[in-house]
Amino acid sequence: MTDAVGPLRLLGSRIPYVEGPLKVTGRAEYTDDMKRPGMLVGRLLRSPQAHARIRSIDTAAARAIPGVHAVLTGDRYPTPFGVLPITHDETAIAVGKVRYLGDIVAAVAADDELTAERALAAVRLDLEPLPEYVDARVGLTPVAEPIHARGLHGTNIQKEVVQHFGDVDAAFAHAAHSVRVRGTFAGVTHAFTEPLVTIAEATPDGRLTVWSATQVPHYLHRALSEVLGIPMHRIRVVKPEVGGGFGGKSDPLPHEIACAALALETGRPVKMLLDREDVFYTNHGRHPTQNDVRIATDAEGRISAYDIDAVIDGGAWSSFGTVTTYYNGVLAMGPYRVPNFRYRGRRVYTTKPPSGAMRAHGGTNIRYSVEVALDRLAEELSIDPFDLRAKNALPPNSTTVNEFRITSTSFAKCLAVARARSGWDEKFRRLPYGRGVGLGCGFYISGSNSPIHFTPKMPQSTVHLKVDMDGGIAVHSMQADIGQGSNTLLAMIVAEVLGVDLDRVHVQRVDSDVSPIDLGSYSSRVTFMMGNAARTAALDLKAQIARGAAALLDCPVDDVEVGHEQFRARGRPGASVPFLDALHRAMEGTGALTASGSYQTRPVGGSFKGARAGTAPAYSFAAYVAETTVDVDTGEYSVDKVWAAFDCGRPLNRLAVEGQIEGSIHMGLGQVMGESMNYRGARLLNPSLLEYKIPAPQQMPEVEVLLVGDDDPEGPFGAKEAGEGPLVATLPAVANALYDAIGCRFTELPITPDRVVRALERRRHEGRPWKGA
Amino acid sequence: MPGPEPLRIRVNGTLRATAAPPERILLDLLREDLNLTGTKRGCDLGTCGCCTVLLDGRPTLSCLTLAHEVGDRAVTTIEGVTPAAGLSAVQREFVARGATQCGFCTPGFIVTATGLLATNPRPTREEVVRAISGNLCRCTGYTKIIEAILAAAEPTG
Repeated sequence: MTDAVGPLRLLGSRIPYVEGPLKVTGRAEYTDDMKRPGMLVGRLLRSPQAHARIRSIDTAAARAIPGVHAVLTGDRYPTPFGVLPITHDETAIAVGKVRYLGDIVAAVAADDELTAERALAAVRLDLEPLPEYVDARVGLTPVAEPIHARGLHGTNIQKEVVQHFGDVDAAFAHAAHSVRVRGTFAGVTHAFTEPLVTIAEATPDGRLTVWSATQVPHYLHRALSEVLGIPMHRIRVVKPEVGGGFGGKSDPLPHEIACAALALETGRPVKMLLDREDVFYTNHGRHPTQNDVRIATDAEGRISAYDIDAVIDGGAWSSFGTVTTYYNGVLAMGPYRVPNFRYRGRRVYTTKPPSGAMRAHGGTNIRYSVEVALDRLAEELSIDPFDLRAKNALPPNSTTVNEFRITSTSFAKCLAVARARSGWDEKFRRLPYGRGVGLGCGFYISGSNSPIHFTPKMPQSTVHLKVDMDGGIAVHSMQADIGQGSNTLLAMIVAEVLGVDLDRVHVQRVDSDVSPIDLGSYSSRVTFMMGNAARTAALDLKAQIARGAAALLDCPVDDVEVGHEQFRARGRPGASVPFLDALHRAMEGTGALTASGSYQTRPVGGSFKGARAGTAPAYSFAAYVAETTVDVDTGEYSVDKVWAAFDCGRPLNRLAVEGQIEGSIHMGLGQVMGESMNYRGARLLNPSLLEYKIPAPQQMPEVEVLLVGDDDPEGPFGAKEAGEGPLVATLPAVANALYDAIGCRFTELPITPDRVVRALERRRHEGRPWKGA
Repeated sequence: MPGPEPLRIRVNGTLRATAAPPERILLDLLREDLNLTGTKRGCDLGTCGCCTVLLDGRPTLSCLTLAHEVGDRAVTTIEGVTPAAGLSAVQREFVARGATQCGFCTPGFIVTATGLLATNPRPTREEVVRAISGNLCRCTGYTKIIEAILAAAEPTG
């Protein structure tokens, strides 16, 4: 029996999600669908001020209300936490200070919602106002009252990254051409449909169980242990079905810990369901950002240098911010060869809801500015935008100037296919005034090479399999399906390797008591890492069952081949045994069979400070063409079609990959066309799905998905990520299409109709006609 | 605050006798009192469509509906549009075409589509888009949802 897997039966086809029938009938169980006996209602009191010292919080009146079981303030569990071990600056409930309008100042547990609300109203807050810091730029220099003591040198800077590879000044001095784009990006948020929700229950056996809508059960597990002071083995974290995340459920969040604290305090189960406004205040969405990108080229358009500066508005806490700060520079390293590179990034605390990780974290805003700059370069050099990109494409098996290891890339194929399918050569600069096409390209990590908590000596993903007499295969892993289809992929891989039907494979709910650790759904890591772990585990199980098959077939185990629900003897046509018979024979003397597989990243990248940021075992690549029609009177525009050429290696479930690409384009269109967290001072003005508008079905263009990837050498069955990379190319493709349509450059997002009208007026005023208009 | 008042409500073909305070919202009555948790709570403000039910066949936001105002109208939830065995045509197409990802918005879409197809068995693409414009989905970009509803409609001609 070898490790080889024959022609693929399931992988590479279109497999409906295994939990689909439960979801379409309302039978899938989400956290808020659960009830526990005697369950209390948890509620949070939020700060009405953006920055203030807490003089006192008087909870006596609230505690005295009948039906109120606990009122907690920050002093009860003051231990700071955070998703990154190096920046623990968050607390479950504010300690000493509040840092944004919406910061949690107290938590209550009561018999019912109305009693809980009355208790919140009875809490007396005495706050001493401090200066608000709304604009990140203000915090770059020393401020009167730094938001956190850990701000650099009395400023509000949370993290500063300075990197220089090669000699950027010399490259610009010798450049035949250069461009500069300054991009300004409003903050956007995940807007998943399932609100944040947690249930916690402390039981008399000394254990704490927490059910939560989380993307990363393991990080929640760690944070609960650290803050509550309970060893991890006495805490059990369960992830029911999760209604979308997009990064917004990847940090351990304060309400999750506050809910558990209330459960410990009361001895009763507590449900903490955040309302939609609270979800907006919790945020952790994409950072409001200003970046400044300069690109130098030779006379033929070959890139000689990037010089990038970014100021990133972190809001009140660190969250993933140190990673964000690196990513806003280093994720510009592909898909082009950049021989000289300089970056300064500063992430600055402000007194606004915290920013964090959102789909295509750190790679979206910088990608926009780079791709808009390249569009300008192409025009100024009279080179077709596709030709300019092709000329600069990173080759396979190469190393970037900052020592990223590039293995597979089908970027050149992405370009060729997007160009041909979109009819680019007939359309670019040839469509009538008001209509246009634009190209945007993408590059994203397929998982982070460095696990956040572990050294690379610990696997990033482990998968366990168990099969017993019934022939059903239970799959355990802490990978978190949040709708992207990872449970389905897990089942597909196991079924593929074992040759069995999909309905034999049962992916178990994430439960830290029984699920081996996988670091969860973020950084587009799941297919690559869980997929490899699952493949290894399934190969082990197959080898065990093959021994039973060999005994029944009376052949050497090396001659056993996997068929559909059966095992065959190589070279003996017709000699086969059913899967169940082979299984039962293999179980003699051992009972249920179990197998384990894991995936561990190998060390890659340089050895300088920050070298690990942005390293990945593989990268995805994209080339998108968007076509747009602009109403030049009102500034309204539609995106009519997107041709999405994407390199995710081998697509393992085409239905899911298409779904990720279509959904990513929808989310990218939201950021480029209209989404924006709007503030007056430090007050969030639009914390509802009515005022924060995600694109309606009417705004969704036709999407032509073009999967062109070649097999990746290390990805499971040749696969790479398809969850986040598909977003980044969308935004610049639209902006560059608008330029082709009306001759206006947009460097401030979102590109709303009023901005389009102003740009058109400016162009008319300057007397610069475009396409004859 | 007034206490619970008797309430008779017809849900999924069964007349239920219960009691609820005058301010009880239909969504709360369904989820909390009647344990019909297939109907989802996404915003409580009528902005997301996750809580859509049929009132006399018409898609209605249960989070903006007072339970006592339902009167003798028939309430049909996701549980009510699901056949006793198997799936409806809309549900089958949603599964087959990957029109559900995280699934949280899905019951609302299924109910809305069921209401649409009951009154308009052969909708155009534009009619489908209009019908679902009150339902938000953050995962799919609506592409496969629209395909699934059109596929579930009666074939034309």
